Amino acid sequence: MNRILIVAEHDGARVNPAIAKCVTCARAIPDAEVTLAVFAADPATVAASAAAIAGVDRVVTVTHAAHANPLAAAIAPQLAELAAGYSHVFGPSTTFGKDLMPRVAALLDSAQVSDLMAVESATRFRRPIYASNAIVTVESSAGAKVVATVRIASFEAAGVSVAPAPIEAAVVSAAPDTHTRFVSVSSARSDRPDLQTAAKVVSGGRALASAENFGILFKLADKMGAAVGASRAAVDAGYAANDMQVGQTGKIIAPQLYLAFGISGAIQHLTGIKDARTIVAVNKDPEAPIFEVADIGLVGDLFQVVPEIERLLDRPG
Amino acid sequence: MKRILVPIKRVVDYNVRIRVKPDGSGVITDGVKMSINPFDEIALEEALRIKEKGLADEVLAVSIGPADCQQQLRTALAMGADRAILVQTDAVVEPLDVARMLRTICDRESIFLAILGKQAIDDDCSQTGQMLAALWGRPQATFASKVEIDGAVARVTREVDAGLETLEIDLPAVITTDLRLNEPRYVKLPDIMKAKKKPLDTVDTASLGVTPVERLKAVKFDPPPQRTKGIMVKDAQELVDALRRKGLA
Ligand SMILES: Cc1cc2nc3c(=O)[nH]c(=O)nc-3n(C[C@H](O)[C@H](O)[C@H](O)COP(=O)(O)OP(=O)(O)OC[C@H]3O[C@@H](n4cnc5c(N)ncnc54)[C@H](O)[C@@H]3O)c2cc1C
Ligand SMILES: Nc1ncnc2c1ncn2[C@@H]1O[C@H](COP(=O)(O)O)[C@@H](O)[C@H]1O
Repeated sequence: MNRILIVAEHDGARVNPAIAKCVTCARAIPDAEVTLAVFAADPATVAASAAAIAGVDRVVTVTHAAHANPLAAAIAPQLAELAAGYSHVFGPSTTFGKDLMPRVAALLDSAQVSDLMAVESATRFRRPIYASNAIVTVESSAGAKVVATVRIASFEAAGVSVAPAPIEAAVVSAAPDTHTRFVSVSSARSDRPDLQTAAKVVSGGRALASAENFGILFKLADKMGAAVGASRAAVDAGYAANDMQVGQTGKIIAPQLYLAFGISGAIQHLTGIKDARTIVAVNKDPEAPIFEVADIGLVGDLFQVVPEIERLLDRPG
Repeated sequence: MKRILVPIKRVVDYNVRIRVKPDGSGVITDGVKMSINPFDEIALEEALRIKEKGLADEVLAVSIGPADCQQQLRTALAMGADRAILVQTDAVVEPLDVARMLRTICDRESIFLAILGKQAIDDDCSQTGQMLAALWGRPQATFASKVEIDGAVARVTREVDAGLETLEIDLPAVITTDLRLNEPRYVKLPDIMKAKKKPLDTVDTASLGVTPVERLKAVKFDPPPQRTKGIMVKDAQELVDALRRKGLA
């Protein structure tokens, strides 16, 4: 039997949607038993949402005041302790998981499989390297604990369970480290769909030329029920918030529809959208590399095309 | 002596189009332009700025890899690092072993701050800084977009999925850099000449007490699946029609 422990990232109320994708990944391992671990100051509601994910056999909770804000330094020693008796320890490839899991791996003296995208066996996995320009198959040595972050764009979310999994309080002796203190978090919270899980994403590049101009993309996105993304150039120039960056070093997303306006299509950007079902590109330059990956391409000026699309969407086809 | 450690990885330049070898044994790196990992340049720039503010005395650049890494270390010295160490090996060194070697260096050189890249753009692992912090038993502030040193504490703003998070960490500590932390300086010709005289020591992995182990064996390399060729439309009307046919609008 393969016993898989997944750290259940959450926002204090619910588990992150990425966790249902990690569960699908874990279920792809033969003969798997899946446990979710919730670290929280008050885990009850989060644990209930974790227990409702189909394919979860058990939820364990670790309660500590230090977990009111999730910090890798506080969670890592406790997760490493919980990992005894498990063959695999997984976390999502979110900034939370990327921060935490290598710290856990080192405490366990294990290597880590980053951005696990496909399971071939309990010890053999595929992962992208070189900004997804190559895929490597890696094999971990027999008997070694497998620590991994799961590339969430590669897996469908597990459904909702009819019979919730049992929830147990875990006892751990490792104390959270106190050399790291949470100060604050600021997010441009909006009512728009979350970029990482949205079915549709409208995205803009350097061509938008100002933060005000980005407003036309927000308008279109609101009409379509889409999230808004951006290229690095647009974020660096201050036209869009940093958490909107899509790409190798931003968010890797897999929406049904990705609309790229005034984005050239640098490899680092394309890495982030390779798993999108349909890519639409609008660019002035017919030679722009984005057209090589676009399912639907239009050579044109975005400042004309965007308002036109918006207008046409109002008219039934 | 307040010393900052900046690990420098030699990687295929980010502009190179990567190709997988036909036999699937790796990617083609022969004759390809090599550079400092871009995130490590940002790390070095940050270390230099901290030193220039009088908050550190020395910046030590370390690279682990083949003899050719000397080129990237020379560039680091030209940018302004004071000293460099090459841990020379032709073995594949995984992040855990890189971290173990850096850990030894942190102790020997009494490092008060280690600044690493958030990820190497070849293996895209994003592991080494966090592993070093764990082995060292020290704080980590990953994906930093702002760093302020105040005595024995650093205040670091991090780029996280939700937005920006600020942490306060006790030094010594590990910081990993995100893209927007700073813009690295250009190297000037006189600095390249000066850098030739700066100390660059070469040591082997055994002297750091680590024998690199391949814990994750790379079985084969494949090119990524190609997307099928799409269609070009001539105007917004055709675009919206095409979306409607796919049920997307
Ligand atoms: C280590 C590293 C990591 C990186 N990570 C990322 C990442 O995660 N994500 C990312 O996006 N980038 C990343 N980059 C940057 C990447 O290499 C590109 O520089 C960036 O993606 C370019 O952004 P852009 O397409 O908006 O700008 P540009 O390349 O400048 O393209 C602008 C495009 O807009 C078009 N255009 C101009 N005006 C109009 C108009 N009126 N109508 C229509 N089209 C118009 C132009 O033809 C052009 O194609 C990274 C780079 C490095 C070195
Ligand atoms: N061989 C190496 N030599 C020097 N620094 C390295 C090496 N490997 C990794 N690093 C450092 O660790 C960071 C993250 O690398 P990685 O965990 O491989 O993505 C890099 O940006 C470097 O700062």
